[in-house]
Amino acid sequence: MSGSNTDFILAVEGLTVSFDGFKAVNDLSFYVDQNEIRVIIGPNGAGKTTVLDLICGRTKATDGSIRFRNRELTRLKEHQIVKAGVGRKFQNPSIYTDLTVFENLEISYPSGRGVFGSLAFKRDAEVIARIEEIAGRIFLSEHLNTQADLLSHGQKQWLEIGMLLIQKPELLMLDEPVAGMSVSERQQTAILLREIAKEHTMIVIEHDMQFVAEIADKVTVLHQGKILAEGSPEKVKADPKVIEVYLGH
Amino acid sequence: MPFSSFKDYMPRQDLLAFVVLALLLVVILPLTLDVMRLNQTGKFLSFAFVAVGLVLCWGYGGILSLGQGVFYGLGGYALAMYLKLEASTPENTRIQTTPGIPDFMDWNRITELPWFWEPFYSLTFSILAVVVVPMIVAYLIGLAMFKRRVGGVYFAIITQSIAAILTILIIGQQGLTGGVNGITDLRTLNGWNIHTDSASYVLYFVCVALLFACLLIAQYIRRCKTGRILVAMRGQEDRVRFSGYDIANFKIFVFCIGAAFAGIGGAMFTLQEGFMSPSFVGVVPSIEMVIFCAVGGRLSIIGAVYGVLLVSVAKTVFGENFPELWLFAMGLIFIGVVLGLPNGIAGLYANYVGPHVDRLLDRIFGKQTPSEQAQPVQPPLEPNSQGATP
Repeated sequence: MSGSNTDFILAVEGLTVSFDGFKAVNDLSFYVDQNEIRVIIGPNGAGKTTVLDLICGRTKATDGSIRFRNRELTRLKEHQIVKAGVGRKFQNPSIYTDLTVFENLEISYPSGRGVFGSLAFKRDAEVIARIEEIAGRIFLSEHLNTQADLLSHGQKQWLEIGMLLIQKPELLMLDEPVAGMSVSERQQTAILLREIAKEHTMIVIEHDMQFVAEIADKVTVLHQGKILAEGSPEKVKADPKVIEVYLGH
Repeated sequence: MPFSSFKDYMPRQDLLAFVVLALLLVVILPLTLDVMRLNQTGKFLSFAFVAVGLVLCWGYGGILSLGQGVFYGLGGYALAMYLKLEASTPENTRIQTTPGIPDFMDWNRITELPWFWEPFYSLTFSILAVVVVPMIVAYLIGLAMFKRRVGGVYFAIITQSIAAILTILIIGQQGLTGGVNGITDLRTLNGWNIHTDSASYVLYFVCVALLFACLLIAQYIRRCKTGRILVAMRGQEDRVRFSGYDIANFKIFVFCIGAAFAGIGGAMFTLQEGFMSPSFVGVVPSIEMVIFCAVGGRLSIIGAVYGVLLVSVAKTVFGENFPELWLFAMGLIFIGVVLGLPNGIAGLYANYVGPHVDRLLDRIFGKQTPSEQAQPVQPPLEPNSQGATP
């Protein structure tokens, strides 16, 4: 099954994945607009993270299509999907704890990604300027030479967001970007994401409904691998089915 | 060049370590040891090539290979085959049924030189084969394993099996390989007698020079972006993959480099010992090589050289007096290092001596900027990232 050409940046159609017969994602279709912030919510086990895994190629789809700028992603390898312009942040901050903040960002800089490219990669003024620019945006300018392991949990989340930004992806996928953050860190992150959305499209998985309302253009509610509801944050919040299975009374 | 200055390639502390090692190997040891002991040191150093490769593969890339003996053996055999053909002239072998072929072939009633021996009449080919054959084998193993995302303990076990297979193959095909005795009775290299005292000196210095060449290559890899990618991969493979890297290619690359180093080491052993045998190919020597690397410090290329020297000297002293106890002692050393000194001798140095040396250097040469300092790549040894413990 292959999707037809659309104006959407991401078109997911009939996406299905089954693990030993269990359909974690079942005939899922949704479309994401350019520069939209789409938030996916849903109870545990709804298949939220699996959807991101499918888009970025970590899990192979059993059926269906994922078209990014009308390019089929389901047959590409992970690094090819990254090069196509899709960046992914993981649920637990995945950063390189043995390296400094600067080096973390440098590895994500989209150049010298082949073996021989990396051997010849030079840390020139352009690279340094770009790393400093990103570090400023993610509030880590003061910590460029800090070993990443020594950052606070919230700072690690920001660092990983920065590692995505430096790749200049058109689509960013963030899995619970504010988990473990303090209230003020959450607010800073919301501002950061709004800022990022001016140039990028985003898919965010989040549980914190207040944060969701703050950032989302559109919310997709997943339940048992299927879409339960979709629409503006207000509309979804008021949906009786969503209240029933997810938000509670 | 990826480095903005020499300092960027070789920070002060690293330069100091290189200079001290060079002084030890080039000046102190040749002046203090007699020719026999120096030759023995040269043979020990041939294992340092493997250990330096393991630092890159295991310490940096997190790829634990328990089969480095395969590459050491391939390099050693490649050169031994050349030397054997040179020693087996029709005049030297005229008492054989078929003169002009290696003696062990004649004993096994082989009457014609096997096809794969033919190219080893050429010295150029043989020298190339020392580096290229191990790299090709490593490339094929890497392609088969890393593209399928086989890693960690599974990779360690598979490499160990390959070492076992190669040993069995060599021993089983006695007529083609010299069997369990190996390829012995090697005399000259392109007409130059390798058994004289002066040859021992020359070979020792060639060995040291090649070792430094490998160390400088390793230093390049660890200081450029590739080294940082390897470190990143060791802890967060998925993150690197989803930053747009084809992880398998980096693993294959570093595994091939390790194999090439090991091949050169094997060839240097053949030259200095005058024979090559399957006892340097199999499981036990392969694990020994990992122990060398662990004792020296699996994150330090210079530490690996000291690890090789220390364990080898201990093996000689201890092994000469209590040969039956040596294997137990070595097992204990390995367990002790893994439990107590996860970063080996280099870790001890970095924790206790390094800061003092740094302060001293600061006083003499002035403070250095943070970007010039050595990278903080000294994490504790984690059981899962370390792979199998033999």
